[in-house]
Amino acid sequence: MAGTAVRERLTWRVATVGAMIDETATVRTIELDIPDWMSHRAGQHLDIRLTAEDGYVAERSYSIASAPDEPVAVTVERLEDGEVSPYLTEDVRAGDEIEVRGPIGGYFVWPWQDPGSPLLLVAGGSGVVPFRSILRHRADIGNTTPTRLLYSARSLPDVIYRAELDATSDGVQVSYTLTRQQPPGWSGYSGRVNDALLHDVAWPLEQRPLAYICGPTAFVESVAAALVGLGYPGDRVKTERFGGA
Amino acid sequence: MDALDGNAIGGLLHEVFGTEMTAAIGTCANCGRVAPVAETLVYLQAPGTVMRCRRCFAVLMVVVLHADMKCVDLLGMAALEPATP
Repeated sequence: MAGTAVRERLTWRVATVGAMIDETATVRTIELDIPDWMSHRAGQHLDIRLTAEDGYVAERSYSIASAPDEPVAVTVERLEDGEVSPYLTEDVRAGDEIEVRGPIGGYFVWPWQDPGSPLLLVAGGSGVVPFRSILRHRADIGNTTPTRLLYSARSLPDVIYRAELDATSDGVQVSYTLTRQQPPGWSGYSGRVNDALLHDVAWPLEQRPLAYICGPTAFVESVAAALVGLGYPGDRVKTERFGGA
Repeated sequence: MDALDGNAIGGLLHEVFGTEMTAAIGTCANCGRVAPVAETLVYLQAPGTVMRCRRCFAVLMVVVLHADMKCVDLLGMAALEPATP
C-alpha cells in the first residue's frame, strides 16, 4: 500500500540542535528537533551524517536516549580518534543543523514478546543509552515489569544518567559495578561482570526473563556467554555491540 | 577493531531493502544457522560493509558503493525474511 511505503521510507532530514547536557566529562546528551519525525520505539537508533567543506562525509549510528513521547535526544561519548563524536560533544551549538535519519532498528527494542517477563538490562559504558529510553518508556506507559539494570562503568564519575538512575523506583533495581576505581566506602559491585555477579543480579530462569545487553563488543560477548552459561536461552538474550571500548 | 553486529547497519539495510531488516531472519548458506540479522558479525572497515555468520564466519552479505550506487551481494545468505511486525 502507498501509505505503508511512505511510512517505511528512510530519508535524511535536517535536524536542529536544541538543549545539551554534559552527562560526564566525555559524554553529552543532545536534543534534536527533527521535522516530520516518526515516533520511535525504545531502543532504536538514528544515523547522523556530517559533511565537511571538502565534501568528505562521515556517518555514525547513535542510540536514541529519549522515550518515544519525548523530544528526540541522543547521548554521545567522545572518542579521542573519532570523526563525529568530538564535533558532537565539543563543537556543536544550539541552533546548528545536522543531517539525521531514523528511527532505525526493530530487534533491540522494547517492549518485545512477553511484555510481562522480568527484564534484565546489562550495560557497559555508554551502552546504557538505549536502556534510558526503555526505562523512561516503561515508566511513561505505566508498565510494571520487574526490571533490573546492571551497569558496568570504569568509575563513579563515568556513570551516565546517575541522578536519574539513582532515583528510579517502581520495580526497577539499578546495580553498578565499577571496574577501575571505586570511591571510599563503595557498597556496590567492583570489577568486571562475571558469572558470580550475574548469578547475584540475573533473574532466576524459572521466571522466563528477557535480557538485553549493550556495550563494547568484548563486554557484550562476555556477558552474553555468561548468561547462556547460566541457562538463559539464546533467543531471550538480545545483544547490541558498538565495537572497541 | 572488534566486529560490530547487524544493529550497527540498520540504517544502511533499511536504505537498500526499503524496510527494517535488523529483526529479519537470515539463514547461513554455509552452516545453516538461522538467526536475526542483528546477531551477525559486521565489519565496517573492510572495503565495503561485510556481514559474516556468527557461528561459521562465512561471508553472508557484502555491500559496496559503486558509482554512487549501493551494490548488495547476498552470496552467503540461503534465505532472508523480514520479521513479521
